[in-house]
Amino acid sequence: MEKVIVDCSTGEQTVVPLTPEEIAELEAAAAKAEADRIAAEEAEAAKQAEKEAIAAKLGLTKEELLKLLS
Amino acid sequence: MPATYTLIASNTLSSSAASVTFSAIPGTYTDLIIKYSARSDESASNTSLMDVTLNGSSAANYSVTRLRGSGISAASGRTSNQTYLYFGLNNGPSSTSNTFTNGEIYIPNYNGSANKCLSHFSAQENNQTEAYIDTNAGLRSVTDAITSVKLNCNGFNFVSGSSFFLYGIKNS
Repeated sequence: MEKVIVDCSTGEQTVVPLTPEEIAELEAAAAKAEADRIAAEEAEAAKQAEKEAIAAKLGLTKEELLKLLS
Repeated sequence: MPATYTLIASNTLSSSAASVTFSAIPGTYTDLIIKYSARSDESASNTSLMDVTLNGSSAANYSVTRLRGSGISAASGRTSNQTYLYFGLNNGPSSTSNTFTNGEIYIPNYNGSANKCLSHFSAQENNQTEAYIDTNAGLRSVTDAITSVKLNCNGFNFVSGSSFFLYGIKNS
């Protein structure tokens, strides 16, 4: 993996291989991003399930409820 | 483009890279603007992030307010005492092939002695049922002049063809 550094004073562009520490940081950030995304998807799924449960209590389909609220 | 915009530096990636840093930014302008067109290689993602650090610092003094919408859903949130600013860089492998998110980061008074505020806006290019727009207010609670900006692909890589342009503005 590499990083790009653009020196604005000279215009020079350098491609630098990441150090083992930087790779470890990236891997940690990637793992956190994945965990955050899964958490967000689960939260969204729970929210949807809650809406559908309310719709079911009212005897409506999810589509009917959405139409009513639009 | 207004005549007050001056291109300071740019980069178009010829191969993927984890980050792009603009260093040694001159202090001769009033504001900075970074315009980009980028895509992440984050697997299975259509909602990737980009994180930004200033002056090489990852001290916990960044805060972000985020507003985001896809055409189907919308969300808003705020985080403080972060080690970076994070913005929506949505295009990834789950997006339409060969599409990129285009965005802009505006940094007013980057050379002044106040805390550093900035704004971000991005739009996803995507031929699917959802295409995200993200808008953010960011703050770094440090008064140092900004001399470098690092755009990091949040643990992944910006793909080849992603491009980044840094402009200075005078008399804006």
